[in-house]
Amino acid sequence: MGAKFPSQAWADAMKEAVNSSEAYAAAAKNWEGDFYFVVSGSEEMIYMDLWHGQCRDAAYTTDPAYKTPEFKITAKHDQWVKVLQGKLDPIQGMMTRQLKLDGNLIKIMQNVKAAQELVGCATQVDTEF
Amino acid sequence: MWFFSSPQIIFGEDALDHLEELPGKRAFIVTDPVLDSLDFTARVRGHLTAAGMEVQVFAEVEPDPSIQTVRRGVAQIAAFQPDWIVGLGGGSSLDAAKGMWALYERPDLEPEEISPVFDLKLHKCKLVAIPTTSGTGSEATMYVVLSDPEQRRKISVGNRELIPTLALIDPSLTSQLPPRVTADTGLDALTHAVEAYTANFRNDYSDALALKAAELVFCYLPRAYEQGHTDSEAREKMANAATLAGLAFGNSLVGMAHALGHSFGGYFKIPHGRAVSLFLPYVMEYTANAGGSRYGEIARHLRLTDGDDEQRGARILIDATRSLEERLGQPTSIAAMGISPAALEEALETLCAHALSDSAILAAPRMPAGDELERLFLYAMEGKEVDF
Repeated sequence: MGAKFPSQAWADAMKEAVNSSEAYAAAAKNWEGDFYFVVSGSEEMIYMDLWHGQCRDAAYTTDPAYKTPEFKITAKHDQWVKVLQGKLDPIQGMMTRQLKLDGNLIKIMQNVKAAQELVGCATQVDTEF
Repeated sequence: MWFFSSPQIIFGEDALDHLEELPGKRAFIVTDPVLDSLDFTARVRGHLTAAGMEVQVFAEVEPDPSIQTVRRGVAQIAAFQPDWIVGLGGGSSLDAAKGMWALYERPDLEPEEISPVFDLKLHKCKLVAIPTTSGTGSEATMYVVLSDPEQRRKISVGNRELIPTLALIDPSLTSQLPPRVTADTGLDALTHAVEAYTANFRNDYSDALALKAAELVFCYLPRAYEQGHTDSEAREKMANAATLAGLAFGNSLVGMAHALGHSFGGYFKIPHGRAVSLFLPYVMEYTANAGGSRYGEIARHLRLTDGDDEQRGARILIDATRSLEERLGQPTSIAAMGISPAALEEALETLCAHALSDSAILAAPRMPAGDELERLFLYAMEGKEVDF
């Protein structure tokens, strides 16, 4: 049985997927930055601290003040499902504002391969929607 | 969900006359010193004056315009407060005009902060883009490429509000283009078309434009190169091809030939079109080697083959691209550009880092892994067929 998205179990599974991905480690070796992935219309969000190809911390929270990440990406649950299933490119989603980004898009676009590998990790997580 | 965005396009002979219909009191022309010394600026100024506008000219745009140049223009625009900014020239002048428009209206932003994810809320003036080359497609896109001379790199940013209000495509402006510039810019248009057709963000709208643009380039670029001073039909078709290709990639993005070309051109000061088209066949080989590239579809559209074997079709298109470049006297390897293996070796780490962080790589159909970027540069150095 998969981990429900979003949940602490899903955050843990995602952290494990990231930290076991050699492709992500190589693509994101220079990346420094943490995220909130927020489900709009709810108070639920996933926090991920990504640092030089590793995930240092991942947590499920409903407290916006849990951390003050560099990036916050907000989307409806249905859009997150598409991203996690690899059906919606997250950068395309941000450009069309289906995913709302608070933070520097250029920094993300300069690390496209890392973003793609991160999505690749997410698609590997056995997820229950 | 995706968007299709376009300026209003006025095209064909005497398109410049439309300037006389523009409402407003002041127009600010952004161009380069060469065009200013010829009669281009005077022609545009004449039409704007006939429209009853006061005109000011900024003729300081250099090839690969720098952020500093844009800031100088912004200062003059802020003092002049025009109703229209008029970009006149090749991609450099048009991109500089867009950059000035953005930073005039949004002085709170750094150029690197311009992105598609928020509204710029431009409201003070509008932009007319008048290309005098047939290649960059900047007149039809939201993208702005500026250079950072200190870091020997280019930055590429964009926002849908930076699509020019009007694009005036008057082929008479390109009739006297030198053959080398005709080739560089025309191959830039081909690179836009091919990469737009294969980009991950491609769509039915961009596909149609990309195919037509590629068809026009293959048919008319040799004529524009060889007899452009007298072949007005070839000039008109190439002007349209460039704008069509601009619309195509503006609505689907480009790919790795641009990522490598931006990096390489920024470092070694190679004209944009020459740099991106140098890498186009190598990137096509690299992409085709993974299968499913769609190059065969382009080859079939161009009637280069009627077979449905994708790999065979891709090979035919790659060979046709190289043949076209050779016919135009274009360098087809880094060595042919006069760059030594030692110079490339010294730059290689920087070139790869800049290419990998270039936003053009975003929608590439095949993303490089491991040392593949480095190998692509090395293969392009030797003019060697990509076999990985």
